[in-house]
Amino acid sequence: MRPAKFPRLSPSALAARRKEVASRLGKVLPPAALLTEPDELRPFECDGLSAYRQPPMAVAMPDRTDQVQAVLTICREMAVPVVARGAGTGLSGGALPLADGVLLNLSRMNQVLGIDLANRLARVQPGVRNLQISEIVAPHGLYYAPDPSSQIACSIGGNVAENAGGVHCLKYGLTVHNVAEVEIVTMEGQRLTLGGEALDSPGYDLLAFIHGSEGLLAVITEIAVRLLPVPRCAQVAVAAFGDVAAAGGAVAGIVASGVLPAGLEMMDRGCIDAVNSFLDVDYPECAALVLCELDGTQQEVASQIIAVTRILEHAGATGVRVSRNEAERLKLWSGRKAAFPAVGRMSPDYYCMDGTIPRRHLARVLKEIQALSGRFGLPVVNVFHAGDGNMHPLILYDANREGELETAERLGGAILEACVAVGGTITGEHGVGIEKIDQMCVQFGEGELRQFHDLKAAFDPDGLLNPGKAVPTLARCAEFGAMHVHGGKLPFPELERF
Amino acid sequence: MTGPGAGDTGEARDRADELASAVRSALEDGQPLQIVGSGSKAFYGRIPEGRPLSVADHRGIVSYEPAELAITVRAGTSLTEVEALLADHGQMLAFEPPHFGDDATVGGTVACNLSGPRRPYAGSVRDFVLGVRMINGRGEVLRFGGEVMKNVAGYDVSRLMAGALGTLGLLLEVSLKVLPASEVQVTRCFDLDVGRAIDTMNRIAGTPVPLSGAAWENGRMFLRLSGSQAGVTSAAEDLGGEELAGDDAARFWVGLREHGLPFFDGDGMLWRLSVPSATKPLPVDGRWLIDWGGGQRWLGTDSGGDRVRERVAAAGGHATAFRGGNRAGEVFHPLNEALRELHQRVKTAMDPQGIFNPGRMYAGI
Repeated sequence: MRPAKFPRLSPSALAARRKEVASRLGKVLPPAALLTEPDELRPFECDGLSAYRQPPMAVAMPDRTDQVQAVLTICREMAVPVVARGAGTGLSGGALPLADGVLLNLSRMNQVLGIDLANRLARVQPGVRNLQISEIVAPHGLYYAPDPSSQIACSIGGNVAENAGGVHCLKYGLTVHNVAEVEIVTMEGQRLTLGGEALDSPGYDLLAFIHGSEGLLAVITEIAVRLLPVPRCAQVAVAAFGDVAAAGGAVAGIVASGVLPAGLEMMDRGCIDAVNSFLDVDYPECAALVLCELDGTQQEVASQIIAVTRILEHAGATGVRVSRNEAERLKLWSGRKAAFPAVGRMSPDYYCMDGTIPRRHLARVLKEIQALSGRFGLPVVNVFHAGDGNMHPLILYDANREGELETAERLGGAILEACVAVGGTITGEHGVGIEKIDQMCVQFGEGELRQFHDLKAAFDPDGLLNPGKAVPTLARCAEFGAMHVHGGKLPFPELERF
Repeated sequence: MTGPGAGDTGEARDRADELASAVRSALEDGQPLQIVGSGSKAFYGRIPEGRPLSVADHRGIVSYEPAELAITVRAGTSLTEVEALLADHGQMLAFEPPHFGDDATVGGTVACNLSGPRRPYAGSVRDFVLGVRMINGRGEVLRFGGEVMKNVAGYDVSRLMAGALGTLGLLLEVSLKVLPASEVQVTRCFDLDVGRAIDTMNRIAGTPVPLSGAAWENGRMFLRLSGSQAGVTSAAEDLGGEELAGDDAARFWVGLREHGLPFFDGDGMLWRLSVPSATKPLPVDGRWLIDWGGGQRWLGTDSGGDRVRERVAAAGGHATAFRGGNRAGEVFHPLNEALRELHQRVKTAMDPQGIFNPGRMYAGI
């Protein structure tokens, strides 16, 4: 195991270091592609998890792969840590810069390199936005399936790094299921192709392994994604329930029935109220709402809608609404899609969790979340990708109130631990980043963590790529465990590496 | 190859502790191990080396909740048993794994990452792996992934184990995503030459039809549709062609999956070519059979391996000497130097002393 360790620099030493690094990088990047002034660095000080902020030492913005190679080679020679960043929409602080590190911003590598209709592939640079791909291939009746809620802004390189999900994962899979090939550059400056345009490739499945590796193994510089035909028809059924357990039962009933919904979502009362007061979607006032989308041929969808409606009613739905046309379908979805902004209007700040659990424990974990919410004194509203057990409890707090952010984080940690306790995971699709690094100690033992560090060293022997994220050091876990015993009082984690 | 012991009843047995101590003592002795399931895929890859360590009687279903769409089984559990259990609940392994033997195990299926005709439309073994419990090359019992559909905590070691041919560790348990079985299947056939068949299969795969298999053999293209009665019936009418009767269709797809079709008879050299699915027919003489909508091509030929590999690489694919080749040489497509170096390092990270299945994938790995 080689934990990343770097000296903390004093302000004057940091300034000198910045000058030295900038002068080397300036030789391989055009002036406009290198930022070192404090004002220029500020926009990069956080990603979608804005509670954590840290301006980097410098920002490099290459627009070609050979520039990425050159930057990494220099940084390795100078032992400068590197954090790669796409659109910066991640929710776990995975792209949080390091004070003595270079932020490698890949958003200028934003070209669509080619569309291969016969093989149903799109070859793109990492800075291409997720939704852009579907928009470009739409005239051919094709699309790129993974649709994280940030798809209008998030970039495909970041999607690979986080193995992004979305609302259609149950049927269409995660990013890893929809990518054919990636080109990576290692910290040693090597350019490698993982996977290929065929359906498999020789050797180890390093293509799968790079998915969700959160920028710790290599920098992704090119991606070939698989395209799917757009289904002929889609319809959504929205059902109201008097209690959450019945809604959970309906979800299990649909999945066990042999129908594979394209989307299967659930919202609790707090979330329904937030959405209803935010926009004119007119969801029924109830304890829980289930949205079930079916897609396929007209005949398939028609027969499945009947089956699903019957299951929902049998499970105790007090009302079921089925979209009759595309406009109605989009309207019924608009509430679910606006859940986060709607909650955002209810509360000055919210903190989004991402635990995933076996579906059968849904009612139990919800009850536990409710109890924890009472204990910590902060409201929690729930929205889930119920089909795949991926919960997004939103903890409402006010960062301007002394100590509330810390309370929200402690409550979040307790929720994740409840997910692990029923056989779930601390993160389904947002990644560990800096945010959930301590909960990794709850989910994994020493042996697994050591194995992760060894695998990291196989790609990045000097530990220079995104150090301090995703996988905690054993020392950090020991410290976390010890603090856990002493009353669960976890101080705000510092930004420096352990 | 060692099979399950005589008098074996197939009952559930947890031998994880014994297997872990066997690995630890092999580590002490510096004794390489050859991981053996039922031996159904013993023909695959380079010549196995090391002392056989059987996992066949580490077996049994650990957990199965149909409503979770996931099953966890011990590595020695028979594939047939798992498929029968799933079928009882109207579910299936959507990657339609070839067995290549009566007692094929789930562990071997994952280690070899071999998938059947449904692969291009549903995904491969690795796509359905949710988690593993395994023994690494330090003799530690470790758990990666889990039983949930979405999990991005830690590196995805579970999927890395799929197709690693046991060279990175010994699988103890595997959690797999399962899917609802199709209500109906219909097969339509068409008389077409190979070039037009490949074009047609790819054109259809780009349209929203419930395709679950597309193959070509000896002048005939076979398209299989799966799904709900209503959806399949209407899609089959749109496709046209001639319907293959239920029994004949089942025989064809099982024969294709298990290499039971006459095409696979004989002891000659059999190549497996994996190429971008719309690739035009490759200029290599021999007998061809096309599966996976053009993505997987079987070739019986006397042409030299270098020529096959050169042609397939030019098309953006790779070739495996699947059966009947020189198993002391390269069976799998050679890696470039940088990739080979990375493989070596990954192997060392998982199995520092190199005791698991040495040389089964590549010499030195």
